[in-house]
Amino acid sequence: MAKTILAVDDSGSLRQMVAFSLKAAGYDVVQAVDGQDGLNKAKEKTVDLVLTDQNMPIMDGLTLIKNLRELGSYQKVPILMLTTESSDEMKAKGKAAGANGWLVKPFDPKRLIEVVQKVIGS
Amino acid sequence: MTIDMSQFYEVFFDEAEELLAEAERLLLGINIANPDNEELNAIFRAAHSIKGGAATFGFMDMTEITHVLENLLDKIRKHEMALTAEHVDAFLAAKDVLKMELDGHRLATEVDEEQVADVKMMLKQLSEAGAVSAPVVAPVATAPTPQPAEPIVKESIETPTPDGMSCFNIVMPDITEKDVENLQEELGLLGDATVSKQADGRFVISLTTDSSQDDIVSICSFIVDPDDLVITLKSDSPVVGTSPAQEATSELAIAVETQVDTSNKVLVQEEVGYGLFEEEGKEKQEEGYGFFAPFQPHPDAVKSNLIGDDTALTLANSGTTSAQLATAVKAEVAATTASQDADRRNAGRREADKAPASAEASSIRVGVEKVDQLINLVGELVITQAMIEQRISMLDPVHNEALINSVGQLTRNTRDLQESVMSIRMMPMDFVFSRFPRMVRDLAAKLNKKVDFVTVGATTELDKGLIERIVDPLTHLVRNSVDHGIEIPENRRKAGKSESGTLTLSAAHKGGSIVIEVTDDGAGLNRDRILAKAQSNGLPVSENMTDGEVFSLIFAPGFSTAEVVTDVSGRGVGMDVVKRNITAMGGSVEIRSALGFGTTISIALPLTLAILDGMSVSLGDSVYVIPLNLIVETLQPRAEDIKTVTGEGRMVHVRGEYLPIIALHSLFNHKTDITDPTQGVLVLLESDGKKSALFVDRLVGQQQVVIKSLETNFKKIPGVSGATIMGDGSVALILDVAALIQMGQTTNYITGAASFSNQNNQHMQSNA
Repeated sequence: MAKTILAVDDSGSLRQMVAFSLKAAGYDVVQAVDGQDGLNKAKEKTVDLVLTDQNMPIMDGLTLIKNLRELGSYQKVPILMLTTESSDEMKAKGKAAGANGWLVKPFDPKRLIEVVQKVIGS
Repeated sequence: MTIDMSQFYEVFFDEAEELLAEAERLLLGINIANPDNEELNAIFRAAHSIKGGAATFGFMDMTEITHVLENLLDKIRKHEMALTAEHVDAFLAAKDVLKMELDGHRLATEVDEEQVADVKMMLKQLSEAGAVSAPVVAPVATAPTPQPAEPIVKESIETPTPDGMSCFNIVMPDITEKDVENLQEELGLLGDATVSKQADGRFVISLTTDSSQDDIVSICSFIVDPDDLVITLKSDSPVVGTSPAQEATSELAIAVETQVDTSNKVLVQEEVGYGLFEEEGKEKQEEGYGFFAPFQPHPDAVKSNLIGDDTALTLANSGTTSAQLATAVKAEVAATTASQDADRRNAGRREADKAPASAEASSIRVGVEKVDQLINLVGELVITQAMIEQRISMLDPVHNEALINSVGQLTRNTRDLQESVMSIRMMPMDFVFSRFPRMVRDLAAKLNKKVDFVTVGATTELDKGLIERIVDPLTHLVRNSVDHGIEIPENRRKAGKSESGTLTLSAAHKGGSIVIEVTDDGAGLNRDRILAKAQSNGLPVSENMTDGEVFSLIFAPGFSTAEVVTDVSGRGVGMDVVKRNITAMGGSVEIRSALGFGTTISIALPLTLAILDGMSVSLGDSVYVIPLNLIVETLQPRAEDIKTVTGEGRMVHVRGEYLPIIALHSLFNHKTDITDPTQGVLVLLESDGKKSALFVDRLVGQQQVVIKSLETNFKKIPGVSGATIMGDGSVALILDVAALIQMGQTTNYITGAASFSNQNNQHMQSNA
């Protein structure tokens, strides 16, 4: 069965690009427009991987990650941050919040799929 | 696998445009002295999102501007810099430039590079002006020796850096000392920048910063070609070469060399773009990275993907992750505090952002053509449904009760469906209104006037097609109001008014139409001046015209009462075009004005272009539909009310007014038995302030019709604006009233005594 990825980003174009690329690579994709939406959708169905933007309205990526880690079902689900902020500080915050890694924007679809495959297989 | 990124361009363009509009709206409303944090955050986020998208989809010009913009906004939102009116101006200018660049990509319109450079410079200067003590280091005195740019990778230098900071060595290509100074200053904004000189005479800037290499490159790119830069990370900060993994892998070492040899580009070592966190000592050395316990990589992944064929990538990971780890662990305590801060920030943000975000969450983006197709199909359904209803009405109600009830149900459902579908095309007037605050602000500044801009009823919805077409006329009216309506502060003071004028743009539903009004509390229209001007322009006028009629004269082609032509408006073109555009939309314009108190221009538009409230009339065997809003009244004339005027044709006398009779059967050359107006019906029509009586056989009934274009399906016919399908399946033509009135006059014109009769006609109307 295809693995499901939750893609959280307030930017529609980026979200669609991510979703399209991942679907093309054979994954199922659930999209969410902000952290809160992401959290709700994550609760509806436990996904195999979460990709989240950091800077979003309502709930940012770090808060989403922390919230997800508090859920029993998301203790072990890999979470990657997709962020334009690549400072060490941001990475440290990401790690502290419970992220498993990060991917710096801009990235191309190929890179994204590579990274995703490294994390959850194809 | 390759993925065509261009398929996401449109989405990005739409999104960027929305973000720009939103940012502009926020900027115009912002309280400069005490800006709202949420608003600043939202503006920052807009710039940030555009930057992210532009970078992803390769619109580098937009990335550059948003990058500088974002930096400046970030400082302001973190209260490192106070917001000034200058900032807001610069942000608005940046918004314009971004829009221009966006249009450049989207519509291949021209981009004014000079303007782009100006704005970029302005943003940079602002960024510098308020910078918190950029470190000043004496520039190196000797001039650089010209030398071909070649990549140089410096040996790692032991430099202790604070936690979370990286120390970069940036080797400049052959540039002047002045440029180096500038760059140093720029880079000083990111952290501690010092300049030194290499043996080969080239300058090197050492920068200790928590910013990423991308940031450094973007800053440098204003002065030097990023391709000519060599950026290296010093050790004791996240850097390639500190990882034991790399030393163990000769393959990777080769990769380093290859990269150095072949690439004249920026050597991006720290920022390969991604990394996976892991716990100290647990990383698998061969791969150079691992996962943060207790998470284990997926078994498939371990097999197939841990060592990719993309060596550079693997190499990069090794560098980042292990080094990352060191910092991450050190920073963990700090980060927890920091993220708690973030939490607090978010708690506040949640409230403020709830509305717009939930609107986005619950909306989908579909092409207009899909919606139009849907509307078209529903239109067909309505027609089919009407046909069924007509058939049903012929059946015996007793024997067919169940069927008749079901059809009644179908009728209701169809109507609901139609209403819902039509509402898809409806957009809030805000789409139009939102562009005006900025325009009014700029205009007022240009004209040294003070104008408060108020909008009322921005949520009122209107058909998308009409929304798009109302923009130009409305723009013209708003310009006019600011330019000619509202007086300069001095004159206003003299007139006993407040110095700043108020311009109100309102929209409201009234019956089946939407009324949009542009109101100013300015000087008002001068009746005498308009009359004088009209007279000198040779327009037919008389002293006893009503105010409404006099004011309508300004819609005549070539009419302008402005004594001075400004570059804002008043070139003598425009109002006639405004009127024409609105009439073409099936709307009407009305002016109300009081000298000294202001002017209101009121536009009434149908809610939608697709459905029309019509009166169907019969002529021989055919049925025609007349738009209901243009019908004044209908009457059956008595023989003594019909007069024949020489050269004018037949006229009908209605309450002291003589109106020309337009016989539809003779105009359309249609066979009918009824040729005497007393046997048929006169429909009094009014369009463009002209009245006529249309002579038809019978009134059939009033109904809503779905408008079908005759032009796209057949060809344009004078006097006919479209067609519709009636309940019985027959086609009925919809009459173009304005054209009919015109044609009625021209027909008379042909039949003789034209100039006289036209004047006569005008005279009679004005007497009425």
